[in-house]
Amino acid sequence: MSLLLDIFTVVAVSLGAVFFLAGAVGLLRFPDTLTRLHALTKADNVGLGLIVLGLLPQTERPLAAVKLIVAWLLVQLASGTVSQLIARTARRTEPPA
Amino acid sequence: MTEFLLAVGAFVLATVALGLIRVLRGPADADRMMAPQLLGTGGIAALLLLGAATGMPGAIDVALTLTLLAAFASVAFVKGASEPAEPEPDEGGGG
Repeated sequence: MSLLLDIFTVVAVSLGAVFFLAGAVGLLRFPDTLTRLHALTKADNVGLGLIVLGLLPQTERPLAAVKLIVAWLLVQLASGTVSQLIARTARRTEPPA
Repeated sequence: MTEFLLAVGAFVLATVALGLIRVLRGPADADRMMAPQLLGTGGIAALLLLGAATGMPGAIDVALTLTLLAAFASVAFVKGASEPAEPEPDEGGGG
């Protein structure tokens, strides 16, 4: 049973890392500010979500698992709000190219 | 398993370092602000992986704190970048 959990962890965490790489590459190569913002927030939120999902079976105490989920939800909330703010600033400072 | 988690943590940090190049090249201020956002999230992921790998419950609390700091950093940037002349609607008479 624990082997199954380990395999699940390995798969989920590596998928999360792949999404992180996609986010960073998207941040570098996309042409426009807003497309970069899209790539950044989509990728690292999903990346972090998969990493947290992969880490859940590894935690000894249920409290740690709850804290992992709370951390991910907080990042979702913060990242969503901040992306809107950054997009507003980007839209306000330079006219639509 | 522990080595794997540490290896993925190192990989995530390397990816974030790759993303920081945007700070050097970014034409607009908003682009430069995205890299610290990615650094915050990447740092949180690495901290969570470290906490799970070494079995330290404290690392998850540090990750929670870093989440707040990353959010405040971006909000500070937005407040700084918006023209001070035009007061925010909710600020009322605040300078």
